[in-house]
Amino acid sequence: MTTVQTILRWRGPDGGVRGWFGRQPRLVRWTLLAAIAAGAYALPYVGEVPVIGPQIVTEGVDWRTALFNISYFVLLALGLNVVVGFAGLLDLGYVGFFAVGAYTVALLASPNSDFKTNWPWLATVPVAIVITMISGVLLGWPTLRLRGDYLAIVTLGFAEIIRIFAENTTLLRGDRGFSGIPHPPGKHADGTPIFGVRDAGPYYWLGVSLIIVIVLAIRNLDRSRVGRSWLAIREDEDAAAIMGVRTFKYKLWAFAIGACVGGLGGVMFAGQNGFMNSASFQIQFSVLILAGVVMGGSGNIAGAILGGALISYIPDRLRGVEIAGQDAFQYRFLMFGIAIILIMIFRPQGLIPSRRRAMELKDRAKEVAPQ
Amino acid sequence: MSEPHIETPEWEDETARRPVDEPIPADPVAGTVPAQRAPSDGQALLEVDNLSLRFGGVLALDRVSFSLREGEIFGLIGPNGAGKTTCFNALTGVYKPSGGEIRFRGQVVTGRKKHQITAMGIARTFQNIRLFPEMTALENVMVGADARHKTSVISALFRLPRHWREEREGREKSMELLRFVGIDHRAGEVSRNLSYGEQRRLEIARALATEPTLLCLDEPAAGFNPAEKDSLLKLIRAIRERGITVLLIEHDMRLVMGVCDRLVVLEFGKKIAEGVPAEVRDDPRVVAAYLGVPADAA
Repeated sequence: MTTVQTILRWRGPDGGVRGWFGRQPRLVRWTLLAAIAAGAYALPYVGEVPVIGPQIVTEGVDWRTALFNISYFVLLALGLNVVVGFAGLLDLGYVGFFAVGAYTVALLASPNSDFKTNWPWLATVPVAIVITMISGVLLGWPTLRLRGDYLAIVTLGFAEIIRIFAENTTLLRGDRGFSGIPHPPGKHADGTPIFGVRDAGPYYWLGVSLIIVIVLAIRNLDRSRVGRSWLAIREDEDAAAIMGVRTFKYKLWAFAIGACVGGLGGVMFAGQNGFMNSASFQIQFSVLILAGVVMGGSGNIAGAILGGALISYIPDRLRGVEIAGQDAFQYRFLMFGIAIILIMIFRPQGLIPSRRRAMELKDRAKEVAPQ
Repeated sequence: MSEPHIETPEWEDETARRPVDEPIPADPVAGTVPAQRAPSDGQALLEVDNLSLRFGGVLALDRVSFSLREGEIFGLIGPNGAGKTTCFNALTGVYKPSGGEIRFRGQVVTGRKKHQITAMGIARTFQNIRLFPEMTALENVMVGADARHKTSVISALFRLPRHWREEREGREKSMELLRFVGIDHRAGEVSRNLSYGEQRRLEIARALATEPTLLCLDEPAAGFNPAEKDSLLKLIRAIRERGITVLLIEHDMRLVMGVCDRLVVLEFGKKIAEGVPAEVRDDPRVVAAYLGVPADAA
């Protein structure tokens, strides 16, 4: 089966770094990825690197907190990328799942909760995963018969329902919120907790570990029958169904997996912050994550990671920076807007695009403006 | 001659119509398809029973009935807008018929979901090619092969043995099908980069990968030159030799007459003729539908 072997090694005519990366033997690729992961774990110490270190670390925000923020944004971008990038379902209400995850933790673990269960953080994690997956299925079941713009509007409504529900019910405590949400378990040798209030580093490392697990899981799905089905649905849903792809089932799975990863982000957020209320789940949040996925490169895991990291890092980096006597942080949304416009003009497929998505975009551009 | 004059049709030549001495191509994928059946063993495979389909005020199909026997190559012909593709769409679950019933091996097809119909053993190609353009040729066929796979999301997630086994089997089966249709050298190419003829063949390979009992080809020769049509004709025969019944929509008369065992002719959603090619060809209504009625006969 030599033909099959050559095809397996075929990774497209990509030039540049990615083309080079794809041509490397398996061992080299895994070693490089391991090095990148190790680099991610070492990021809290980047400030100690001479010259470039101080340029990277955030000035107005504690660097480790900024890193933790990056980690759950990346988690959210990875989850949304499954829905938007792989399955091609435009979800504008992704923050809804983030909220479901966070509220599950708060309800089960916070002393403010009416349930008075006071569970430890770790015990709430599996429950939160199951509940967010169920919420994904519940949202998807009636709505995934819709396509394109219609689906986007329904998901937008979903996120708003969750937020307004949280604002107005006594159970979810509105903007009074939940405090005293327990942190993840673990103690140092001297008895002080690993996951404390002051040092966000351990939360970040936990986040990176979670990201690695999620990336491996999503990659496994992508390179299997499941990923092929998602891709087929994205490219031509009707043709896919006629070729035997159970389109509804796989779209529902994409939603459930996306919801589960988003929920995990919420679990992390609640566990680190200790406090949360309904104001934590504004609709802008969904838009921001979506912007990250699109900027980074929809349909590509590396692109989603980069995009998610940037949308969290850039505003934090701008905090406390003065440009021409003005606080740059105030202009973060303006800068974001400009950055997104520029990327959409010069690199609409995203910073690290998926090869296929890039071509699909070109096809669509041709449909809009025939030559 | 009382009958209208027809311009020397190529299929008038009996040898072109049925080259009996042509060697049957060897089946490269023996064993991956159900055991070969003798053509036309008489059993009804597909029964279309009084099928009607209405779009608003237009009756696209008006009580059309025909039935296919197992192992035959059956032609569905008619002028543009006669309702041929509509008939395919009703058969594959794209449209819900307004009346009538389609039965496949005695089971009712109408009302089932598209993927269920595929699972029953009906596969199709499209008149306007509908491949997955950014997937490679091999991946396109593998999507079809997945229709027979049972790998769950969980076993894909954890890479359980079934995932590995079905990925390997699916890839090998898909490569063999690409070889069968003659485009295995293009397996790694993104399907949008394939030539028009290769794309048509790839669609057939993708449909075959779902392991159908009945393959529906919607104008597979559209835009082909005579040489390409000849090799398509051979391919269709080779598909039948694998024990697959073929339902063919085609405009090219020579191809239809040369390859089909029986035909149904549609016009304005109604069946106007049915029978073996020789009968249909001489049927005055068919001649009128295709060439118009001479002024003096009206």
